[in-house]
Amino acid sequence: MKLTLWTYEGPAHVGAIRIAASMRGVHYVLHAPQGDTYADLLFTMIERNGERPPVTYTTFQARDLGGDTAEIFKTAARDAHLRFAPDLMLVGASCTGELIQDDPGGLAEALELPIPVVPLELPSYQRKENWGAAETFYQIVRRLTPGTDRPELTDNVPTCNILGPTSLGFRNRDDVVEVRRLIESLGIKVNVVAPLDASPADVARLGAAHFNVVLYPEIAQTAASYLKRRFGQPMTSVTPIGIGATEDFITEITALAGVARPAKHRDASRLAWYSRSVDSTYLTGKRVFCFGDASHAIAAARVSRDELGFNVVGLGTYSREHARDIRTAAEGFGLQALVTDDYLEVERAIRDLQPELVLGTQMERHIAKRLDIPCAVISAPFHVQDCPARYSPQMGYEGANVLFDTWVHPLMMGLEEHLLAMFRDDFEFNDTAQPSHLPRTSTAPATAPPPAETQPAVAMTETPPAAGLITIAVPSWSPDAEKELGKVPFFVRGKARRNTERFAREHGLATITIETLYDAKAHFSR
Amino acid sequence: MTTLATAPRTQTQRTVLRERGQHEVFCGLTGIVWLHRKIQDAFFLVVGSRTCAHLLQSAAGVMIFAEPRFATAVIDERDLAGLADANDELDRVVGELLDRRPDIKLLFLVGSCPSEVIKLDLSRAASRLGERHGPAIRVLSYSGSGIETTFTQGEDACLEALVTAMQPTEKAPPAASGPDQLLVVGALADVVEDQFRRMLEDIGIANVAFLPPRRNSGLPTVGPGTRYLLAQPFLGQTAAALERRGATRIDALFPLGVEGTSAWLHAAARAFGISPDTVERVIRAPAARARAALDKWRSELEGKTIFFFPDSQLEIPLARMLSRELGLVPLEIGTPYLHRDHLEHELALLPASAILSEGQDVDRQLDRCRDAAPDLTVCGLGLANPLEREGFTTKWSIELLFTPIQGFEQAADLAALFARPLDRRTALKV
Ligand code: SF4
Ligand code: SF4
Repeated sequence: MKLTLWTYEGPAHVGAIRIAASMRGVHYVLHAPQGDTYADLLFTMIERNGERPPVTYTTFQARDLGGDTAEIFKTAARDAHLRFAPDLMLVGASCTGELIQDDPGGLAEALELPIPVVPLELPSYQRKENWGAAETFYQIVRRLTPGTDRPELTDNVPTCNILGPTSLGFRNRDDVVEVRRLIESLGIKVNVVAPLDASPADVARLGAAHFNVVLYPEIAQTAASYLKRRFGQPMTSVTPIGIGATEDFITEITALAGVARPAKHRDASRLAWYSRSVDSTYLTGKRVFCFGDASHAIAAARVSRDELGFNVVGLGTYSREHARDIRTAAEGFGLQALVTDDYLEVERAIRDLQPELVLGTQMERHIAKRLDIPCAVISAPFHVQDCPARYSPQMGYEGANVLFDTWVHPLMMGLEEHLLAMFRDDFEFNDTAQPSHLPRTSTAPATAPPPAETQPAVAMTETPPAAGLITIAVPSWSPDAEKELGKVPFFVRGKARRNTERFAREHGLATITIETLYDAKAHFSR
Repeated sequence: MTTLATAPRTQTQRTVLRERGQHEVFCGLTGIVWLHRKIQDAFFLVVGSRTCAHLLQSAAGVMIFAEPRFATAVIDERDLAGLADANDELDRVVGELLDRRPDIKLLFLVGSCPSEVIKLDLSRAASRLGERHGPAIRVLSYSGSGIETTFTQGEDACLEALVTAMQPTEKAPPAASGPDQLLVVGALADVVEDQFRRMLEDIGIANVAFLPPRRNSGLPTVGPGTRYLLAQPFLGQTAAALERRGATRIDALFPLGVEGTSAWLHAAARAFGISPDTVERVIRAPAARARAALDKWRSELEGKTIFFFPDSQLEIPLARMLSRELGLVPLEIGTPYLHRDHLEHELALLPASAILSEGQDVDRQLDRCRDAAPDLTVCGLGLANPLEREGFTTKWSIELLFTPIQGFEQAADLAALFARPLDRRTALKV
């Protein structure tokens, strides 16, 4: 039993729902109690899908447990087939369904439906969402590519499949567009993209490509490895996030396709120039903490160091399946990887490291918000606001532009930071001064707070920081040290305060003097 | 499966559509989302699976500003191997939790589908842990599982557990054996609770208590002198538990809208032998204020049709209020469960034309909704966007649990909740 406050990944069957919801013509009959239907809102609310995910939940109840849960399952499967007329049906159980051992696969087989039925055995008490998605995709691919013959490769243009994009994957919708454009610009044809928007018939054509692009190893690795064994299709190993990785990706796929590798083009992405422009000088050495699924976290670390000039101080993932990859990557940064799905542990690590920027999931965004550290989201799980209306891929050249904008934006930009420091003593340029463009009437806020609005459900639990979360005694500030702290520009004052207190604690000082303040400054300066 | 049954107790012989098929409703665990905000020193520990943890997180809307006062002890394969093990594990997890959170005074062990299917006895665990960590910490248990409870029934089960922990009221002197305490039952927003307390005291009921209390130490007593008044329509088990403790129910409409709130307060006064004139004097001003505020919405909402998917069990009192005070026309009123005793008066006030349905077969109901083409559809979060996409205007039902809607001062807010989606539809030109 493990105490869990917030989870990075849902249960394995949610991974299966993601695959079903990504595809066309697939329906999932899930043996599950009614509460499990909450999964629908992930798709309809976070991703604003205009359709319910194609899932029929049997919603058995306690009174059914004695006898006819199997019958309930069969009825549900039969009705779902009639109503939704899918081309392929997935059948399986959620955690509770697994415990009642009704064998959905066997029951569905007995119905003799005229379509392929793929039974899913997802061990709910061991595995999680990404594993469930990968396994489901693999089972579908295996089922739809029977026999031993590889379909004929008809034209002489090199072709590939793009594997791994899914519903509720971070920016997958846009990454597909970007990567497809990139691949096609190299004279390579895209045979099938799956699972996103693929039909079972599309999946059946996977063999008719020279190689597979593994866009998200978390989802596509299992299926791609199978296709390699099955059809001898090689697969890519680079996730094209950032300019360097995009270049490596181009090198890799042009080699796989046997086409000429075009010369690198300096201005293919604005990131390179923006990063060199003088304003970005101030980004140098910013301490950044990267956490997410393994592929996004590793990519973020590389872009941070090589393309933005940050200093990566922490790197980790919640995905134990990819612990090895992240450990290897972390070594390259002289770091020890943090592999945990316990968000309290991540919070502790961030608090200890005091980074200047956090690149993480929505969990890290909340941690960062609490600790007052700028943050950008780079990976699932994400929130409705991370599903933007505009085109904003993470991959390829345009993706690199998006990374520059979204990661640098939360930081104070160079010139701005410089000016703030220069004018910090100016009478209207400190935190107690009112904005000069507002009428200077009283010391009260110039505008009344907006009237309290009804909060929607997705904004429900704005709990104030819990007492007892941080229980370390705070050293006291002497009046002159407090005064000196007041001279520190307000936008770094919080950090100076924290650092000084931490320094005092670590050195067993009960009182902070001006000396302590500057000792701490020297200690923490790079 | 659909059966037509005739409601035995309503004078109108209203037929009820009984449905048995896929439900699209949360389980009782969801109640934790508002209950943990209400009882400020309580912690809710779900003993369940990753699914349960994910449900809570998704229903709570992932607003993670602080360490929440709820969590899940996620059962894993090792626990499934042997039950003795699972109990030890639970004790360990609870120890860990209480070490972290010295501010917790009331711990609920909340059962889930997995804990029930493997027959993990949480009431025994609660008494064992209560002995170990009490009396400073009270440990109770209830089930919020989806195989036993639907959405708001989780609150019912939680309050039922609290009733078992209530101390008996000191025996009153035999001369004064009338009602000695008014107990208002059902979680209300603090602001609503305060308004009701003020009015009930002004009416002249001296001893008013609320269940759930805001803090563990405020748990009221119960006894034969207790008269209880339900503030929420989904509290069947809690009511039965109170009756077992000698309390008597005050039969009333639910306090939604001017009519409901007035009737609710009048019923309370009647039970305490207070004259209707006194009540009228106290409520005259707020009721008039509420009526005036509702008038502004009436012209906009009058004649609009409305369709309720089953969700919170608030559907029937809501439909009553919306039809009688704002002129909306309910087409179908779905409820996950129809508690006839507690809703008798409500049912009598519903327009005869409305179809009542109990239980759910979501796909059939969606078909009926499309056929009925209502102006406004009240449904859960999973259905709202897909229906909007089809061109229907929707109102998320879960908001009705998170927003103060009871009482006079909130009557117009309630109207606004239903008017806003319609306004928005009119405003948008895209
Ligand atoms: S329905 Fe059961 S298994 Fe699902 S979240 Fe609710 S309690 Fe957990
Ligand atoms: S809306 Fe809520 S969940 Fe989303 S980022 Fe803001 S605080 Fe976090």
